[in-house]
Amino acid sequence: MKPFTYERPADVTEALAMAAAAPGARFLAGGTNLVDLMKLQIEQPTHLVDVSRLPLGQINETSEGGLRLGATTTNSQVAADAKVRARYPALAQAILSGASGQLRNKATTAGNLLQRTRCAYFYDTTKPCNKREPGAGCAAIGGIYANTAIFGASGACIATHPSDMAVAMSALDARVEIAGPNGQARAIPLDDLHRLPGETPHIETTLEPGEMITAVVLPPPPTGDQIYRKARERASYAFAIGSVAVAGGKVALGAVAHKPWRARAAEQALAGGASPAEAMAAEMASARPDGHNDFKLKLMARLGAACLTTTGAGDGQ
Amino acid sequence: MKTSFKLNGQAASLDLDPRTTLLDALRENLGLKGSKKGCDHGQCGACTVLVNGRRINACLSLAVTHEGDEITTIEGLAQGEALHPVQAAFLEQDAFQCGYCTPGQICSTVGMLQEAADGWASLVTDDLTADTVLTDAEIRERMSGNLCRCSAYPQILAAIRSAGGVA
Repeated sequence: MKPFTYERPADVTEALAMAAAAPGARFLAGGTNLVDLMKLQIEQPTHLVDVSRLPLGQINETSEGGLRLGATTTNSQVAADAKVRARYPALAQAILSGASGQLRNKATTAGNLLQRTRCAYFYDTTKPCNKREPGAGCAAIGGIYANTAIFGASGACIATHPSDMAVAMSALDARVEIAGPNGQARAIPLDDLHRLPGETPHIETTLEPGEMITAVVLPPPPTGDQIYRKARERASYAFAIGSVAVAGGKVALGAVAHKPWRARAAEQALAGGASPAEAMAAEMASARPDGHNDFKLKLMARLGAACLTTTGAGDGQ
Repeated sequence: MKTSFKLNGQAASLDLDPRTTLLDALRENLGLKGSKKGCDHGQCGACTVLVNGRRINACLSLAVTHEGDEITTIEGLAQGEALHPVQAAFLEQDAFQCGYCTPGQICSTVGMLQEAADGWASLVTDDLTADTVLTDAEIRERMSGNLCRCSAYPQILAAIRSAGGVA
């Protein structure tokens, strides 16, 4: 690890001020991704602002009938919450399908969203990566690695966002609350938080420098069943090679793009009376596999259709 | 940087480089070599310890972030000569071969059994709103963050089943 300094703020205002005062600062919450990448010197913050003890660890009802998940709620805490389990089962399932018990006890809601979008070559510092070094090139393109994007990739990056949690949040129309260093606060749809890679894959979110996620707000649960299903190369503790979240008539796909992929073409087809298979076919029409990841076309079509059939989302809901 | 926490019931104070992980602080600064460094990237679970009663990977946590925490390692589970029930179950069921993963397996089991007692669900829980029943499938899923390269999994499963009062 490269040397860094460390501070522990008492509240959000102080945290934002500390980060603003130190160029090269990063917020540290659970650290399960950031500390790992610091060990590999892929991340080299010069200053850490430890936000893990800020008073953002609550799950509260909203006046609209939804839930506000504080930024530092742990993944375990959210998945275990009775309100989440009863009203947002797809979110509980998605969280429980991610990582391990130990990691979920440490990882936070905001940290999960802000983990790096990545692929195996991102970790291999002997190979070029446009995320690690903009302009260096991409070893994954043409490389021996199949868990790459089929939607929205660019000639600069084909990595995928690894979160399970975020896929369910996308299908649930979650919003992200953000605080900025000059006292400003804003809220954006989760779908607008992560970026597609374009020519600047090292910029993964739309957060401005110094901004911090303070909460994720779930709107009231949609009418209709929910499900999260994940395909992976072993039964537990592995990243998805493809996943699907369905909540009512909303559909999001994981491990297929640089961000949680909201399947709007499938949703439109469903709303127009399409069958589950037809809806997924409509979504997959815009997929662009690269040879190594062609298997994801059939995988996602079948996994998606199965989820839509199970939830009855294709039954005119 | 000065850091203080409670370690296995005793106060511990250290002056640490902020880069020091909790695992390195335990092993190198405090001399407790029970917690093991396997992958050092949160993938194997050999470093699992309990922080405020919850299991975490000590290798992925900076020690300075644990100010005031209560940390329990494998060295802190027994009461004098009396083994913790999970330790006794691992011995009884011969739940190890080389033993390197064992401290992590045992600490993880203690944390996992508490999670189950608190009613936490897992991915293989069919009904997210029902009471937790630790079937073999539940134990396997909940323990997937602890690898055993010797593959002593059948005995580890038997030990956990026994310690969890479900056998």
